[in-house]
Amino acid sequence: MLHIKCPYCGIRSQKEFAYGGDATVKRPKLNSEVSDKEWDDFVYMRKSPRGKHTELWHHISGCRQWFKAQRDTVTHEIFKTAKINEEIK
Amino acid sequence: MQKYSVFSLIKNSLSGHRNWDVAWKDPTPKKEYEVIIIGGGGHGLATAYYLAKEHKITNVAIIEKGWIGGGNVGRNTTIIRSNFMYDANARFNEFGMNLWRNLSQELNFNVMFSPRGIINLAHSDAQMNAYARRGNSMRLNGIDAVLLNREEVKKIIPQADFSEDVRFPIFGGLMQPSAGTARHDGVAWGYARQADAMGVDIIQHCEVTGFDIQQGKITGVRTSKGNIKSKKVGICVAGSTNILAEKLNMSLPIETHVLQACVSEPIKPLLDGVVTFGAGHFYISQSDKGEMVMGGDLDGYNSYAQRGNLPTIQHVLTGGLAVFPFLSRLKMLRTWGGIMDMSMDGSPIIDKTHIEGLYLNCGWCYGGFKSTPVSGWTFAHTIAQDRVHELNSELSLNRFSTGHLLDEKGIGTKTWIG
Ligand SMILES: Cc1cc2nc3c(=O)[nH]c(=O)nc-3n(C[C@H](O)[C@H](O)[C@H](O)COP(=O)(O)OP(=O)(O)OC[C@H]3O[C@@H](n4cnc5c(N)ncnc54)[C@H](O)[C@@H]3O)c2cc1C
Ligand SMILES: [Zn+2]
Repeated sequence: MLHIKCPYCGIRSQKEFAYGGDATVKRPKLNSEVSDKEWDDFVYMRKSPRGKHTELWHHISGCRQWFKAQRDTVTHEIFKTAKINEEIK
Repeated sequence: MQKYSVFSLIKNSLSGHRNWDVAWKDPTPKKEYEVIIIGGGGHGLATAYYLAKEHKITNVAIIEKGWIGGGNVGRNTTIIRSNFMYDANARFNEFGMNLWRNLSQELNFNVMFSPRGIINLAHSDAQMNAYARRGNSMRLNGIDAVLLNREEVKKIIPQADFSEDVRFPIFGGLMQPSAGTARHDGVAWGYARQADAMGVDIIQHCEVTGFDIQQGKITGVRTSKGNIKSKKVGICVAGSTNILAEKLNMSLPIETHVLQACVSEPIKPLLDGVVTFGAGHFYISQSDKGEMVMGGDLDGYNSYAQRGNLPTIQHVLTGGLAVFPFLSRLKMLRTWGGIMDMSMDGSPIIDKTHIEGLYLNCGWCYGGFKSTPVSGWTFAHTIAQDRVHELNSELSLNRFSTGHLLDEKGIGTKTWIG
């Protein structure tokens, strides 16, 4: 069982959360010319690193906020979590 | 190579089984090969076998970082089927079914292919309609599909819960009678033994750590046992695909996730074929040893750990109990996990890459065991001829940017929900 620290509610069990995938992919700017390649990269291409991964989680059975987490994809250790507008380095 | 038969068995038993030939050798790598296959899983071993057999290319090395059969080929729940809706997937896997049917004879190794049928359960009229459509699509591609009503399902699996007041009452199901299971280790060992006999070098405990590329062409690989040259290299590493892609500076439409399975203590024969309970995220079959083999969802977050977490097992077995209440009386024997190369549309990729001489085989998600023979067959063709075969022409790497997706389930890019 993962224990995830919601930046709003504190540490809760994994069962309260839904996963949201890679938090580092950036949607191309709105109302700008977007090439097929840029769109392709945004929608489909992933690095899926072995090691540190910055990802989105949703505290769906809690405060319902989305937030970021940095987690190790081998040990599953969670290093930090942060609000969605905060950077994780 | 010594042929396996009842006579060789009797003969060797007389000498206490001390004189069997080794099934494959343990060679030191040569300086150069005509083709290098990275990854000694089912797909890599099958590729090498068909390179030698169909294309007479025997100067081949399989480079495996662990031991052959230690990856997903030895961790899966062995379901073999071709119940697909899209033409490209249906044709590809039905060609594979034909390879399965003769595989034990061809490899002179009993892979225990056992076509006992698969039933996908349905729980609403809408789902019955969807299955009718899928079954019709399958039949148009020459694949056997039978739409079963509630009574017909009950005849085949009377031990399931047929009450009407449950969350997911059984309305019926779609059956592929020719689907089944096989012994996964046997498949790896059978391909390995024949490939070795035709001259393929199976190099175990050797990790590929990098690539040598000159002017857009592959010239060799770097390994933990030194550099090895080759003008043709096939990547066949399933759950490690993203790691090698990073070394090539490539992004792929692949994410890596962990999938678990579990088996119960062995019991007497109770369940004949494979049953999937999609609504409850659960599927089950009974192994020849008598264990109930069960699985379900991914753990649901990117992972390279070849082990999973308890909540998923609890979730899967909760679904299992709903459809097969008798499971509550069984003890669980073990659980394990494997890392999955989840593609963004749930279908595989067998293609050339932008680097000349570098070929890619990946995106098997949790369904690559069934495709082991056809994957090897088409990948060998792609490498030997330097062009894709008609069967894998739509399993292309660029289908994501051109919009020609093969999204059987229509779930989009949330690979962990798949
Ligand atoms: C729990 C579970 C249940 C499953 N159930 C089914 C099922 O019922 N039906 C079905 O069709 N499929 C199923 N699958 C999926 C199936 O097992 C895989 O899709 C398939 O085995 C992948 O191909 P492979 O056999 O070549 O992979 P693997 O056996 O994983 O082979 C890849 C090999 O590459 C090696 N490798 C990786 N990196 C390197 C490197 N850098 N250098 C050298 N070697 C390297 C690995 O060590 C590994 O041996 C299941 C998988 C799991 C985990
Ligand atoms: Zn919260």
